[in-house]
Amino acid sequence: MEAYISGLGNISAQETFDNFVFLENIRKLDAPLTFCIEPNYKEFIQPIQLRRMGRILRMGVTAAAKCLKDAGVEVPDAIITGTGLGLVQDTEKFLTAVIENEEKFLTPTSFIQSTHNTVGAHIAVMLKCNNYNFTYVHSNISFESALLDSMMLINENSGLNILLGGLDEITDTYFKITDKAGLWNKYNPEEQIPHIPEKAIAGEGATYFVITGVSKPENYAKFMGVSTFYKPKSTGGITSNLLKFLNHNGLTISDIDLVLLGQNDTNGDSIYNSIRSGILKETNQGYYKHLCGEYYTSSAFAAWLAANILKRQVVPDAVLLKGKQTKPLKKILIWNHFRNINHSFMLLSAC
Amino acid sequence: MADLIEKLKTEIIEALNLEDLEPDDIDKDSPLFGDGLGLDSIDALELIVLLEKNYGIKLQDPKEGKKVFFSVQTMADYITANQKN
Amino acid sequence: MLRRVVVTGIGIISSIGNNISETLQSLKCKKSGISPLTILNTLHKDTFPAGEIKFTNHELELLAGGDIPEFPTRTTLLGIIAAKEAYGDAGFKPGASTSVKTGIVSATTVGGMDQTEQYYFDFFISDSHLHYVRTHDCCDNTQTIAECLGITDFMTTVSSACSSSANAIMFGARLIKHGIADRIIAGGTDALSKFTLNGFNTLKILDEKHCRPFSDDRNGLNLGEGAAFLVLEAEEIPVRENRKIYCDITGYANANDAYHQTASSPDGYGPFLAMKKALDMSGLKAGQIDYINAHGTGTDNNDLTEGLAIEKIFLPQIPKVSSTKAFTGHTLGAAGAIEAVFSILSIKHGLIFPNLNYSGKINELNFEPTLELTEGAEVKNVLSNSFGFGGNDSSLIFSKY
Repeated sequence: MEAYISGLGNISAQETFDNFVFLENIRKLDAPLTFCIEPNYKEFIQPIQLRRMGRILRMGVTAAAKCLKDAGVEVPDAIITGTGLGLVQDTEKFLTAVIENEEKFLTPTSFIQSTHNTVGAHIAVMLKCNNYNFTYVHSNISFESALLDSMMLINENSGLNILLGGLDEITDTYFKITDKAGLWNKYNPEEQIPHIPEKAIAGEGATYFVITGVSKPENYAKFMGVSTFYKPKSTGGITSNLLKFLNHNGLTISDIDLVLLGQNDTNGDSIYNSIRSGILKETNQGYYKHLCGEYYTSSAFAAWLAANILKRQVVPDAVLLKGKQTKPLKKILIWNHFRNINHSFMLLSAC
Repeated sequence: MADLIEKLKTEIIEALNLEDLEPDDIDKDSPLFGDGLGLDSIDALELIVLLEKNYGIKLQDPKEGKKVFFSVQTMADYITANQKN
Repeated sequence: MLRRVVVTGIGIISSIGNNISETLQSLKCKKSGISPLTILNTLHKDTFPAGEIKFTNHELELLAGGDIPEFPTRTTLLGIIAAKEAYGDAGFKPGASTSVKTGIVSATTVGGMDQTEQYYFDFFISDSHLHYVRTHDCCDNTQTIAECLGITDFMTTVSSACSSSANAIMFGARLIKHGIADRIIAGGTDALSKFTLNGFNTLKILDEKHCRPFSDDRNGLNLGEGAAFLVLEAEEIPVRENRKIYCDITGYANANDAYHQTASSPDGYGPFLAMKKALDMSGLKAGQIDYINAHGTGTDNNDLTEGLAIEKIFLPQIPKVSSTKAFTGHTLGAAGAIEAVFSILSIKHGLIFPNLNYSGKINELNFEPTLELTEGAEVKNVLSNSFGFGGNDSSLIFSKY
């Protein structure tokens, strides 16, 4: 199963919205949470619609519009979305209203927009797209699930143009509660008392792709495969899953020109560090969450990054952790996990 | 009546998040829905709550909504006729 | 990609029964589960009847069995109960190693909100209930069920409003056809919550009485809660292992109405497309469908537009149609899977279930739903509809094996 990336649209904590420019002015993320650099939505959405839309909906619709324009596609054959949290701001708004107003005088807008498939649905209404429309909501493999579904569809019909997206938002309230619950603490099984946990910087983003089975010179890169697994019992389990994944794609570790790791900072965690000095020790290594932050669909940002690297044939200095600039760059592996629950591999290749 | 109309315009702008509009931009007799201000069925539901929350008037039959919410003036007329003080 | 996908296990819990056997009894006896709310603590408890499962969360924990996590949400508990029944029905013990690639695709709209809404303000000021922050996400029920059943090869969660679990079943079938898995537990779960009840109330589509699907004077829907799962397998596996097969999944489709966030287009274009594409995939002619288990929520909008779409495809010969939502209420994310189970029971037992609480034909339609239980019917093909907010329209076709 292969799928070519023919369009990109990315709203993130970096200046990524303009597809011609690639990470020229990299900003350091604000701790403990970073918001996106948002475009002027009025250029993309009518005021009468914009007024009702929360932030993540604006981000999703706009990134999708940018992406479709980039691909030269008006109405996609499917709209497949991954989002771990859905529309947080609207959910918070309605929930707070229910509690504060004791279930009286409630208004519908934030409830309607709290359903997880709202972004995909809104895009469909705007484009009058009657085609297949799915939303996956499984933590940090939401985007990977959407990608798998997209690739399966293309396997059935290579002529399809699929709008594939990964998006999540962060709010101050959501961060406050989840931070209290320890959900931003990096994986660390050897906690010592007294212990101050290392934390990830929370982020957000909306990243869209148009993918198709049709090869064209303008394509950015291609997805070759995706695989997910749950709570591996040891780093040995991760290594064997990796070998199985590469083998399934007819590759060995030496075929990988760059691995993009989902570690939050240069410290990594014991799992990343173990694999980095194990099976990955001869592979060029990079990372991306210092650019976009930690959020459930950050792997969509990683895929955007990989697609650009493969198209432009250069790894930005800020991305490279270990190793050197290989030429030519043919295969990029992305490996993501946070807190050792859901792991994913994605494989991208130059066209 | 004029005060109520101005108050209603502000409340409508706030309830429906019409960020780019000022009260002066809304003509009191122009249709709120369809071709006028372009509001839709979700906005109608929001206005029903506005009536109840701010004026204590519960619309007995939601289908009355079309007449009541035709314009700011018709809303004001309805409130004046039905508000219990 | 020519693998046939068959159903080898089913499990369910709703307001009409805690398992398949009780559910079948209720369906046969026309016993509805719609009643005044007694468990959900809400201002509206005396206003809106619902298909509420009359167990507290603690009682559900006992039903679910001993190997469940410490602070489960109601949504997750319902899911565990139904998934365990389905897995056992297919012949498997939880935790037993499987020789084939086994995964789970679940669905929900509420997720852990049933607990989050109770402790939301408390989260800010105390540490006592922070475990419910961890169980809020939609994936919680899926991961918990996977751990209970010992499933490790694949998992994901779908959320697309009222068509969620129909879509989970569809994706599960496709995963098997593509060879990514050989066996998938697919379905969904949703618990009642204040969030949803109040949300639907803002849309003014809840009936203060028992709902009347496909009736001219229908006045809205009753909410419900529940969970259901199917065990889907590549056909060769139960055949080789000599295990029972309920039916095939011969057709499925998802289409988008692309008209409005919460209302269906006046002519029901999205529902029409979903049904038509599912039929096309199955290779069946319209006349070969023996029973349509409709989405039939009892709202003005749905029943009319679904009815028009059914007429467009099936006239002049409309098969028996019924909505079972006057039995269970609208179970939202679980509805697709619950009604899939009903469709499978229909095939297995030769039964066509009645449309309860009917009060007269919708003026604009040319057909009426079936009002009595049909027994001894030759039910070969059943079409099941699930049409959700955001215009997300799905249809599944189950066929006798």
